[in-house]
Amino acid sequence: MIAFYILAAVLIASAVFTVTQRSPVYSVVGLLVNFITLAIFYFSLNAEFLGVIQLVVYSGAILMLFVFVIALLSSGIGPFSEGPNRLPLILAPALLSVLVAFGFLIFGLGRGPLVPALSAAGNASVGAVGTAKAFGSVANFGTALFTTQLLPFEVTAFVLMVAVVGVVTIAGDASPAPTLGHHGRRRKRAKEREPIVKAGR
Amino acid sequence: MQVDVSSYIALSAVMFFIGVAGVVLRRNPLIALMAIELMLNAANLALVAFARAWVNIAGQVFVFLVVTVAAAEAAIGLAIVVAVFRRAKNVDVDEVARLRG
Repeated sequence: MIAFYILAAVLIASAVFTVTQRSPVYSVVGLLVNFITLAIFYFSLNAEFLGVIQLVVYSGAILMLFVFVIALLSSGIGPFSEGPNRLPLILAPALLSVLVAFGFLIFGLGRGPLVPALSAAGNASVGAVGTAKAFGSVANFGTALFTTQLLPFEVTAFVLMVAVVGVVTIAGDASPAPTLGHHGRRRKRAKEREPIVKAGR
Repeated sequence: MQVDVSSYIALSAVMFFIGVAGVVLRRNPLIALMAIELMLNAANLALVAFARAWVNIAGQVFVFLVVTVAAAEAAIGLAIVVAVFRRAKNVDVDEVARLRG
């Protein structure tokens, strides 16, 4: 119980830190703390596999991607422009929407059996964390993923393939390649190629 | 002592709105992308909490799919940032408002 509140405070503080920092590098550090805390929450909610995925994929891969892009973009230029502070402009509508959302949330949660309580009796049916039969164990998760949820899993593979092709199309092509191709002639630079979209009038 | 699911949901909602504020307020596209990641993770926390409450593994499978989509989204978003920066030497989301065929 106390651990929950400590972790919740860390989670919210790191999220605020992420959003409010001027430099994106500090934001990445805040996001890292946020993701690790979230992984601890996943472990405490019987989601072992997702906790590991959170650590490996998010903290490992996605944040590294952010760090590399920051290193790529901020070499040789100054800090990013901040512009005018727009907080006063949107403060009132933002507060209103937050209040409405929390009102719905409290109303929904207060209506009774929307959410069954996490009780000791429920824990018995869930099973102990770390055992093979437990809810959310890797065996349980993998069985569901490859039997009942197989189609979404395969669609996920397709999404990843489309993302790879998209990234290569958007960012991989623009750099002028100084290397010689197989036919011994220099590759066309980006400007000399035909535009993807013809310039209209 | 077990914490109630509604606590997790409230925590998730708070985190989601911090992410919304980041997307709306910040002009740096990198931080806006990180705020989007915050929002996705808030949704993931809610999904995991509900999956635990209903003892239904489908919620966790859905979180797995969301993580995959988030990875794809981060990769595409960062590629767009890099491409825009190469063209304009400028990564301010408000000033990148020109569409030219």
